[in-house]
Amino acid sequence: MIDQAPVLLVVVPLLAGICCLFLRGQLLPWIWAQITTLAVLGIAIHLLFRVLNEGAVTYAMGNWPQEWGISYKIDAINIFVVLIVAFIGCVTTCYARQSIASEIPRDRHHQFYSMWLLALVGLLGITVTNDVFNIYVLLEVSSLTIYTLVAMGKTRDKRALTAAIRYVIIGSVGASFILVGIGYLLMVTGTLNLEDMARAIAALPEPERNRTVVVAFAFLFVGLSVKMALWPVHMWLPNAYGAAPSAVSALIAATATKVGIYMAVRFLFTVFGPDFTFLSLSTTVGQFTFSCSGILLTCACLGVLVTGIQAMQQRELKWILAYSSVGQIGYMVIGLALVNHAGLTGGIVHLLNHALIKGGLFMAAGCVVFRLGSQRLEDLAGLSKRMPITAAAILVGGLGLIGFPLTAGFISKWYLVSGAFEAGLWPVAAVLLTGSLFALIYVWRVVEVMYFTAPPENAVKVREAPLSMLICTWILVGGSVVLGVFAQPTVALAEHAANQALTGHAQILGLRPGASGDDPVVHDEVVP
Amino acid sequence: MSLFATHANYWFAILIMMIGLYGIIAKRNLIKQAIALGIFQTGIFLFYVSMAVINGGTVPVWFLDEAGKKYAGPYDNPLPHCLMLTAIVVSVSVFAVAIAIIVNIKHAYGTIEEDEILNLEAEAAAGSEA
Repeated sequence: MIDQAPVLLVVVPLLAGICCLFLRGQLLPWIWAQITTLAVLGIAIHLLFRVLNEGAVTYAMGNWPQEWGISYKIDAINIFVVLIVAFIGCVTTCYARQSIASEIPRDRHHQFYSMWLLALVGLLGITVTNDVFNIYVLLEVSSLTIYTLVAMGKTRDKRALTAAIRYVIIGSVGASFILVGIGYLLMVTGTLNLEDMARAIAALPEPERNRTVVVAFAFLFVGLSVKMALWPVHMWLPNAYGAAPSAVSALIAATATKVGIYMAVRFLFTVFGPDFTFLSLSTTVGQFTFSCSGILLTCACLGVLVTGIQAMQQRELKWILAYSSVGQIGYMVIGLALVNHAGLTGGIVHLLNHALIKGGLFMAAGCVVFRLGSQRLEDLAGLSKRMPITAAAILVGGLGLIGFPLTAGFISKWYLVSGAFEAGLWPVAAVLLTGSLFALIYVWRVVEVMYFTAPPENAVKVREAPLSMLICTWILVGGSVVLGVFAQPTVALAEHAANQALTGHAQILGLRPGASGDDPVVHDEVVP
Repeated sequence: MSLFATHANYWFAILIMMIGLYGIIAKRNLIKQAIALGIFQTGIFLFYVSMAVINGGTVPVWFLDEAGKKYAGPYDNPLPHCLMLTAIVVSVSVFAVAIAIIVNIKHAYGTIEEDEILNLEAEAAAGSEA
């Protein structure tokens, strides 16, 4: 049973999500979802220890060999993302009970939690699978459920509907681009397995490699950029995060785009390989050299600056956080595009740090919405007196966004800046620091209203948010501080993952086709 | 010319995809955008299915000749067909979700024209500031 852990990670929430549709009432679906997410977190932690002890864990679905069947593979990169998704999923579910009870009609709760669990299926599945078409299908599973979850924000804010339809259209075009890219790769390699595909691409003679693979790369690149909300194809994100129910904002801000970044790392580093992606693809036109890393860096840097300015102009807390998310995604992409060990470590560790910080901030925003029914900046006046614990959470989370020392944001910025200097790209380091300055400004706007403005005279008396919501908010916000002070374990995991990303392609090519290097976990017995 | 003649299926697949993409970008009506998305995805199905075809290929099953012996002809790659079955299901689901959201938009805003909705939202934002 325990050997089946990789597949249980996906099957448990899948079955639980479907069963959840048959539960009724408000409490029962939530208890069901909470038990499921706890089980998923348990499986994820078990897998972490297995990966740390035995190296990569592979699992062959139905015992079919890797060339024919779908295989799952969990190595140093994806265990990190699995842990983020499972942990955030568990905490946000705990948070969701009271937040969702106030934002979604009573008779819709079983549907809500069903979608919620299925979204986790998609996100976890993308992360553990080793099969490209499986990635596409699970990507659509997660996207479809997240579209629905966003649209469920309509009872509080009808902008959720327009945000959702825009997300559906743009997200589906992005996913279709990924599908076309997979099609071109299938055409030249004849396989869907990530590792076999990497070997087949490397073995291709030059003309095909230059034509078809480049076209496939272009389609995948654009599709993935849409999915991870890289500036300038991020237009679906701000309204979707802003108008979704608060618990949904916290879940998707902390996990969905992170999984997008993970997919980019997988495709750019494992399938195409760092040499092809970052060296062979550059073209010189006149005196300008276009390279993949240059394009990624340009988009990410402009994204950090432009969305920083946009975040300053927003008048609603959740929109400020949403625009800031696009900028923070820019940081992760910068780390990825620097293609050196320090930069990649910074990018990967920022996956976790940003998940904690932004998840916590969206939860705090949800607490504000729960009591005040609004998250407009002017309504936040004097919040430090009215809801001191929530206001403090926003303050500490905001410090993390800026990258203040002793917060987790500082650790990732430190590695990113040292990565930029290592690559000799001081303008990138300048952009990273300017981004922090912009974050300081938009966080200050919120802090000023909360701490230094008197509450309006006719303000209704509000109590602090419910205990369960506060505890969950502080688990994430407090976690970001703890990981800022004791950063060693997460940085070690991220360094391990960065190593794996940079050397994984060469390792795969070194193996003979069909062998995966580690003893595959195969089973003859049926799952009891 | 030869590039067109030998790759006609791909040209048509790309043409259909581009028609869909144009519709998504150019049309302001949400239903039309959803339909254009469907056309775009149909182009992709055609692309996949036509990549599987080989000259003189048949279905991947055993045939019996006159003497009753089993033989297999050259057959088309069945894998892309299977993939497209899944992708069609996905595409239908996307369309269903899109239509469900559009119905809700019609109830909430009274219109499904994107620019009218944007105007209504801008008015609402201006109204709440005043």
